[in-house]
Amino acid sequence: MTELSAHLPQFQHGQLTENFPDNHLSNTNDSSERRRHDNSERRRNDNAESETNGQPQNNIQQVVEQDEEEDEELTLKYGAKHVIMLFVPVTLCMVVVVATIKSVSFYTRKDGQLIYTPFTEETETVGQRALNSILNAAIMISVIIVMTILLVVLYKYRCYKVIHGWLIISSLLLLFFFSFIYLGEVFKTYNVAMDYITVALMIWNFGVVGMICIHWKGPLRLQQAYLIMISALMALVFIKYLPEWTAWLILAVISVYDLVAVLCPKGPLRMLVETAQERNETLFPALIYSSTMIWLVNMAEEDPEAQRKASKNSTYDKQAPANQTQNEGAEADDGGFSQEWQQQRDNRIGPIESTPESRAAVQALPSNSQTSEDPEERGVKLGLGDFIFYSVLVGKASATASGDWNTTLACFVAILIGLCLTLLLLAIFKKALPALPISITFGLVFYFATDNLVQPFMDQLAFHQFYI
Amino acid sequence: AFFWLVSLLLSSLIWFIAVKASDPRDESLQKGLLIFGVMFSVLLQEAFRFLYYKLLRKAIEGLVALSEDGCSPISIQQMAYVAGVGFGLMSGAFSMINLLADALGPGTVGIHGDSQLYFLTSAFMTMVLIFLHTFWGILFFHGCEHRRWWEITAVVVMHLAVSGSTFFNPLYVGSLVPSYLLMAIAAAWAYVLSGGSAQNLRRFLLCK
Repeated sequence: MTELSAHLPQFQHGQLTENFPDNHLSNTNDSSERRRHDNSERRRNDNAESETNGQPQNNIQQVVEQDEEEDEELTLKYGAKHVIMLFVPVTLCMVVVVATIKSVSFYTRKDGQLIYTPFTEETETVGQRALNSILNAAIMISVIIVMTILLVVLYKYRCYKVIHGWLIISSLLLLFFFSFIYLGEVFKTYNVAMDYITVALMIWNFGVVGMICIHWKGPLRLQQAYLIMISALMALVFIKYLPEWTAWLILAVISVYDLVAVLCPKGPLRMLVETAQERNETLFPALIYSSTMIWLVNMAEEDPEAQRKASKNSTYDKQAPANQTQNEGAEADDGGFSQEWQQQRDNRIGPIESTPESRAAVQALPSNSQTSEDPEERGVKLGLGDFIFYSVLVGKASATASGDWNTTLACFVAILIGLCLTLLLLAIFKKALPALPISITFGLVFYFATDNLVQPFMDQLAFHQFYI
Repeated sequence: AFFWLVSLLLSSLIWFIAVKASDPRDESLQKGLLIFGVMFSVLLQEAFRFLYYKLLRKAIEGLVALSEDGCSPISIQQMAYVAGVGFGLMSGAFSMINLLADALGPGTVGIHGDSQLYFLTSAFMTMVLIFLHTFWGILFFHGCEHRRWWEITAVVVMHLAVSGSTFFNPLYVGSLVPSYLLMAIAAAWAYVLSGGSAQNLRRFLLCK
């Protein structure tokens, strides 16, 4: 939609609440705190930069305005590109999740529930089931809130090493253990004979390359691919272990919480971001999907013209000066992956019982998008929790809908349109925004509407072969 | 695509309410309700196409205001094409995708006495509808741009005619042939409106 391309967001901030598993509370809290700080920091820095982006020697208001207009025009021109940059990974993640759900029956089998959702939904009456699912959702959300607050507190007290360690452990668990299970189930589905040695070799390679890409440096595409795979794995775990009504309720409440946590002045995520900005630190680059490797730093100090020229001549591997602690710099150092993501992963990958926590942790991760100094090379960032919950919605739709593919398609389109609208709002407001609410609301509305209303209609039409 | 989806949602809501309010055992009433649902849905789709046109118009104004040289990077004709394609793809996807999924599974077509050409004709019908939506998008937006109401009514009438012709299914001659004819007419019309001419076509075909 052209109006969207006209408003390329310079910032995109999705907020995910993050809950970390119990045994790694401090770590996860730190990481999510850091992440939020990074996000807020990025936002603040970007704000500051966009204001000081005029030519340094020019004090005339007009010139500043002109620069802002040029900025906006460039923003408009590259807006569509950035929206597409986010569409592709979100679509890929959803495609992977839906393909797995449709083919591998493991993820639709009920093998028990997580300890965070202790109440079963196999009850005798509808009222009992509703009550149980509400209780489950309440427990999950409170776990998430507690984790988030703990994270903010930990971040305030600067327990960074703990966060780092937690992130690494989380990403280890996710990259090795969950992908091992996934691979095993895929082999079972397609009846492929495999020996342990080959599997060990494959998983080892996959995991080690993933750790390197995520925590250190690696090709951008590979990092993005790993992030997408990790998000898909987490989403599959959630789809498997959450009972029906609980899942939908949790999705709804999470998006409300996302909205509150990011936008309210006392919200934990917002506090995290503000603390990070006060300390002028970068947030964790992990747990954030970045569409470009942003290496340029020091936007405020350079002439925008020079920056643009520089960006034209530079590759994405240009190292940013270290003195500017923008998130972009940190992300560049981390290869575009935030430790938050790792933390999130770590939390998730903890024992299966801790998955809800990790989910909360993931959720707690704010998603933010940050544009680079150079408008041409500005990328967009989206938190991994957003990926995960979008995929959970679409995966659940494909797993349990009577409308099957129609419902899946409808939810998919709804989520993408929600994402577009969020990006649009981001361009207008230029501050961190939650990416979950609009998309999840659209997705839920379309899921229930398509499943109950459109499906019988389309069924009848197809039966008679009428076309509308 | 989103707009088409919303129109589908609303029309199926209407149909659903009508069905729930009526007697489920009366076959001809059900079929009549379905026909009513189809017609209503067609009208809703065209209404949403109009709404979408309004939205895009505002967007173009915004783009023009913000651009350097006073013209937007994307023209209204391109938008019309994209809108048409979006509508068509969504409509095609919703019509075909469950069919395709079932086609992957085991079964025999028409074993209960229905037509054996079910899948084939569905595929052709879907294709013609997708093309038609694209052309209608161009025609519709052109009509709105130049305030030619007869063009808009022609699009709506064509859509109703195509949907109506599908009521002849499984007498496929009654639905496929008129639809393809209408598609040819719409294609030629849209081509001329987009600036094409017989000369352009000849040059293109002879690769000059």
